[in-house]
Amino acid sequence: MATLARKDAPAVAAEPCQYLTFTLGGEMYAVETLSVKEIIEYGQVTTVPMMPPSIRGVINLRGAVVPVIDLKARFGGQPTEVTRRTCIVIIEMGGSDECQVLGILVDTVSEVLEIPPGEVEAPPAFGARIRADFIRGMGKVGGGFVILLNVEAVLSTDELSVLDALSRQGTPVDTGALPRLGSSVAG
Amino acid sequence: MSAQMDDALQTLVVESRELLQHMEEALLLLEQTPDDAEAVNAIFRAAHTIKGSAGLFSLDHVVAFTHVAESVLDRVRDHRLGMSPALGSLLLEVCDHLGQLIDGVAAGQAPDDALSGRSDAIAARLQTYLEAPSAAPAEPDFSDVDWPDGNDIAHPSAAPVRGNDSVTSGMWHISLRSGPNLLRDGMDPLSILRYLGTFGQIVNLELILGDIPPLSVIDPESCYIGYELSFASETDQASIDGAFDFVREDSVVRLIPPYGPLANYRALFADMPEDSLLLGRMLVRCGSLTEEELAQALETQGRMGPDSGGGSPAPLLGEVLVAQQLVDKPLVDAALERQQQVKATAAGEATLIRVDAAKLDQLINLVGELIIAGAGAQLVARRLKVPDLVESTSVLARLVEDVRDSALTLRMVQIGATFNRFRRVVRDVAAELGKDIQLDIQGGETELDKTVVEKIGDPLTHIVRNALDHGIEPADVRLARGKPQQGRLSLNAHHESGSIVIEVSDDGGGLRKERILQKAVERGLVSEGQVLSDKEIFGLIFEPGFSTATQVSNLSGRGVGMDVVKRNILALRGTVDLDSVEGQGTTVRLRLPLTLAIIDGFLIGAGNASYVVPLEQVLECIELPEEDKPEQGASYLNLRGEVLPFVRLRDLFDIPGEAPRRENVVVVQYAGERAGLVVDQLFGEFQTVIKPLGKVFSHIRCIGGSIILGSGEVALILDVPGLVRQVTERQPVSRHLPSTLSPV
Repeated sequence: MATLARKDAPAVAAEPCQYLTFTLGGEMYAVETLSVKEIIEYGQVTTVPMMPPSIRGVINLRGAVVPVIDLKARFGGQPTEVTRRTCIVIIEMGGSDECQVLGILVDTVSEVLEIPPGEVEAPPAFGARIRADFIRGMGKVGGGFVILLNVEAVLSTDELSVLDALSRQGTPVDTGALPRLGSSVAG
Repeated sequence: MSAQMDDALQTLVVESRELLQHMEEALLLLEQTPDDAEAVNAIFRAAHTIKGSAGLFSLDHVVAFTHVAESVLDRVRDHRLGMSPALGSLLLEVCDHLGQLIDGVAAGQAPDDALSGRSDAIAARLQTYLEAPSAAPAEPDFSDVDWPDGNDIAHPSAAPVRGNDSVTSGMWHISLRSGPNLLRDGMDPLSILRYLGTFGQIVNLELILGDIPPLSVIDPESCYIGYELSFASETDQASIDGAFDFVREDSVVRLIPPYGPLANYRALFADMPEDSLLLGRMLVRCGSLTEEELAQALETQGRMGPDSGGGSPAPLLGEVLVAQQLVDKPLVDAALERQQQVKATAAGEATLIRVDAAKLDQLINLVGELIIAGAGAQLVARRLKVPDLVESTSVLARLVEDVRDSALTLRMVQIGATFNRFRRVVRDVAAELGKDIQLDIQGGETELDKTVVEKIGDPLTHIVRNALDHGIEPADVRLARGKPQQGRLSLNAHHESGSIVIEVSDDGGGLRKERILQKAVERGLVSEGQVLSDKEIFGLIFEPGFSTATQVSNLSGRGVGMDVVKRNILALRGTVDLDSVEGQGTTVRLRLPLTLAIIDGFLIGAGNASYVVPLEQVLECIELPEEDKPEQGASYLNLRGEVLPFVRLRDLFDIPGEAPRRENVVVVQYAGERAGLVVDQLFGEFQTVIKPLGKVFSHIRCIGGSIILGSGEVALILDVPGLVRQVTERQPVSRHLPSTLSPV
């Protein structure tokens, strides 16, 4: 998996890119601005029952029903606690056949940064707190590192829906007793 | 330019498919009533139009193939050849094969060898029906025409008795002034000529180039040319007219039959923008008019002109003709009446328009938004308690609902077309099985949403094939059982309380309960000695991998049918059930919602969230009696003496928090079973647009979709069958059937 991700990295870094940075559990992450449609305040998320904690629910985005993914839970942590600064970043992914719109739950949205390709390192083989294939690269910003997320992998519809199917094969209702997401898929 | 070409080709494909469908229907009709002249004409017209259109696109393989079929059909039409079952089957094959050719055209592929081989094979069989097969099918066959004396080429039948005002030319005269958009519409004046060449001979052609502007202002995509041509052919006017079908709208086309009256030429001079004398010279060069005739025609026209110059409007051509005693008054009246009729038909046709389905969907989506926005406005109005505002929003809401209803009817189509497709299926399958089966269709005018229609085709085919194969017995068995030799299959549709019911019934052997049970025990679906109700036994045939046919035929019996049917119907929020009386027949009943876009729901609340139960599944609501409050999980209560199992939504969905003191039970029903849903609050009826949940939730079973409430919040639609299944699966002890029965 790690070697796979490394192979991807140079291709991505070929052109200069703008990134939207945000924090999640004290850690700094970034996604390409090209895939960001908008940022909205947290509010009125309808919980969908019997889904893993990584799927927070659905919201009404001007008439369209959009699923909201809890990134922290997706990365294997505790579900995000909602604060005054919690935001939903709406991500648009050009899938193979149709365009998918999803929301991701983040603690705070920071800023838009331009990270030149030369400042992007390949993801480490191990040591990162999240699955290696979720990382597109490590951006060097002011002496620190920002994790550039591979949105397609993090928000892979196939994987999310399989997770939901997996969750039902075990104890169907007791969502609290689900296997941790990261480990269940990676392992 | 190429995009427009594609559009035109697309039209050809769509129209050809429709025509082929008509052709098939007419052919099947002919099997019942072999003398139906109208059906023969319909088939001929369909073949002819396809050939004509294909000719315009130079689809030579289609033209050549259709031409042979058309020749055979022409003989049938003229009673030179009788319809026989063998010919009917062959023509159905022609129909199918043409469908494949058209599919090839749609895919933009040239016909491969296999397809061409089939074309040749079928064409060869068709040739045997032609008394004197001509060597090249694309060449017109003039061998059986009697030539009148003194003319090389003449028209044998359509030529009227030559009167004084008729011209001497025995050829058709065709004038075309192409419209500027001819090329842009994907047509080509040359291909029309090429097509005309397939059934006649162009004797002379005069090009009209006078309209071509100077090179500096010429638009290369516009067509400026016209032509006058004389044409020798034995075909009728309709065929020649057919060649111009695609250009008529934009261009001026005049057709004068052989030995046509001189008056027609005079009318031509009057209609065409060119100078009459110039045009007349061309016609003479064409051979359509002699010098003498031209002089006569121009003289009459010229003489009438000045007479009417005194302020009064120029007399109509008809009046001129009557005044000249060239035509009888009744004749002109008849012609005028006919013109009126043509106009009326044209108006009738114009009431139907083809609309892109995507545009309709967009409209319906927008109306959906409108409803949600309207509900929001109403909510605000009620909160503000301004009487005028409440009044006007409720008027608005009513109007919006009307708009929604009429928008939805736009997508409604009659189910008859789908049913009619089964005439062919029944015929073919019955022939293959060697059974004699009649298909009855009732309620074909019942309307339902197009999206539903598109999705029930496959399940219906499965059911029909099953009925034909397993349901209806072979003729000898039927006779032995004292039934008429001919089996009957009926397709019936009707509306019933907001849904459509489609019934497929046969008068066959019915389902044998013991055999189903035995099979189920063999497969381990049911343990021996279990007692099942009739409904449960019949329900077994919808289980995956279940087939009672001892012999697997190539039609059905592989056990991949009924479970797929059930799954497809459930996916449409519908239900399937089955009635059967052994020895008398089986009825499969599908119940489907009229539309997939809108839901009539009952809004309930549990915890902070709202849920919607489809209204047709709600029977009643009661308060949960104090003594029935269980500690945990599913339980049952006494509903007027009957046992009603119920489930708490709070427990099922793990909703945090305490339940309120008063809880309510929504009694739901599906597939004849009742269950109770314990919820916190009842909000009442609600009609709204369904929003799909998206791929992330594709595996979820208890939720069927979502809606947006007036407050902007999302509420989830409960999928009652899925929910009940989920509950029964969770129970450690199943009621009747072991858990292996439950679908995965």
